[in-house]
Amino acid sequence: METIVSFIGENIKVFYILILSIFLGIEVISKVPSILHTPLMSGANAIHGVVIVGAVIVMGLADSNDYLSLVLGFIAVILGTLNVVGGFVVTDRMLEMFKKKPKS
Amino acid sequence: MAQYSLEISYLIASIAFIIGLKFLGHPETARKGNIIAAIGMFIAVITTIFLYKSPEGKPLGNYVWIFGGIIIGTVVGTLMAKKVQMTAMPQMVSLFNGVGAACVALISVVEFSHYNTTHTGASLFNGLTLTIILGSIIGCISFSGSIIAWGKLEGKIKDIYLPANQLINIVLMLSIIGTGVYLMMQPTANLNLLLIISAISLIYGILFVFPIGGADMPVVISLLNSFTGVAAACGGFLYNNQAMLTGGILVGSSGTILTILMCKAMNRSLTNVIIGAFSNPKTKKADAGAEQRTVKEISVTDCAVLMSYSKKVIIVPGYGLAVAQAQHICHELEKTLEEKGVEVLYAIHPVAGRMPGHMNVLLAEADVPYPKLLEMDEINPEFSTTDVALVIGANDVVNPAAKNDKDSPIYGMPILDVENAKNIIINKRSMNAGYAGIDNELFYDAKTKMLFGDAKGVLQKLVTEVKAN
Repeated sequence: METIVSFIGENIKVFYILILSIFLGIEVISKVPSILHTPLMSGANAIHGVVIVGAVIVMGLADSNDYLSLVLGFIAVILGTLNVVGGFVVTDRMLEMFKKKPKS
Repeated sequence: MAQYSLEISYLIASIAFIIGLKFLGHPETARKGNIIAAIGMFIAVITTIFLYKSPEGKPLGNYVWIFGGIIIGTVVGTLMAKKVQMTAMPQMVSLFNGVGAACVALISVVEFSHYNTTHTGASLFNGLTLTIILGSIIGCISFSGSIIAWGKLEGKIKDIYLPANQLINIVLMLSIIGTGVYLMMQPTANLNLLLIISAISLIYGILFVFPIGGADMPVVISLLNSFTGVAAACGGFLYNNQAMLTGGILVGSSGTILTILMCKAMNRSLTNVIIGAFSNPKTKKADAGAEQRTVKEISVTDCAVLMSYSKKVIIVPGYGLAVAQAQHICHELEKTLEEKGVEVLYAIHPVAGRMPGHMNVLLAEADVPYPKLLEMDEINPEFSTTDVALVIGANDVVNPAAKNDKDSPIYGMPILDVENAKNIIINKRSMNAGYAGIDNELFYDAKTKMLFGDAKGVLQKLVTEVKAN
């Protein structure tokens, strides 16, 4: 019990961010027309690609003789980048089709 | 100074994510929203590479590896995203979700392998260990689940029903939790235990998605998407990194809401989607045993005449249209009919195709004007005054079993009231059942005529015939 209380106490700011972000995420998404569900899912998919930041940190802090970290970190960087870049490009391609064509 | 610059850049990135998501929710601002979020991401990554310092004050090294990985990822990701056909978008999203989840799982494993050297605490019973374990569990489930979802949408993996699948899943979940708790009770970090947990999680993810099929796949992808968001947030906690934390949680919570919205569009609960999948095979078998019934066919010429002399035609597009890449020719048919004074509308079911909004994206690509695309609630009253309902490659979304047959796996899903139209023409390639694998009463309706053939070829002929009339 004490461990849990002190854990929450020590990380109180994180818990504030956690709670507020949950509500924010719900607020931001409600009342979205169903035509945008797919692009929105795809866009959100790209945003969780922010894990690339973690992969970069793992990679950057790995010792040059720590092959496990180097190899796994390298793969993680590639996968994270795939998620981010692929996600944003695919979303953009989907949304490109929604733009209004000039009337001729 | 550098430390604060990094914190501020994460703040900017977080704001960009929030604004990006908000903008993505409106048709006019959606594209801008995507770009804003991408810029936020770029800032977060670049500043991390150059400004990040470990708690001991060590800056990042291994730049060659970092940039090498980023370049490979960028080139491959861009190519994949640019090359993919519009019809294959859903599985692409699933695949990208999977690799992101794998990224989190790898990070967790690497961090845990360092645990003994960086932490000398008496026990592993703390928040940090919990986050690492959670990150790898959720990451692994989301990874293997997404890959299975991708394979299913690609048609590479069929629905598989294991005996007592649900029981196996419960046992797997309990063993994941059990091993996790056991790991936290250990005095030192045991990497093998974490790898065992990861392995069981991978199996769980596979078995979780295996039996789910049909129209439910979009819901599963959306759910796994929010899982990966939560896993990313675990990573944010691990590094006390605000950008990862806010980004991950935003996706986690908005993804959950999006999942629920999709379920609502199908008038089903999330539990029903996940649990309901396990009872499918029975109904399937019962249907297969039904007596052979005959359908009426119609020729392209007759169909063209019928449509040319109609007042109102409603086109119901489905996955068949997408597969055949027939959106452009479909738009041409609509224009040709309009020139003849026929009113043409499109009925868009929320889950037509393989994902919500799939049809809108496709038809928008073919320049079909927005006002012609009507959502289910708007179009359903229109069918009773419609002369011809032309169903192109759609099946489950027009299946009356959803209304009449309590035993049907799709019972309760709102459908398009196509049966109210005076004539129903259904274009299909063959009499095979739809994606959900169930028979469709509508095909045997007295008003229904079948127009067999590939959507693109058939529509091409239809346009020629209508023009000749």
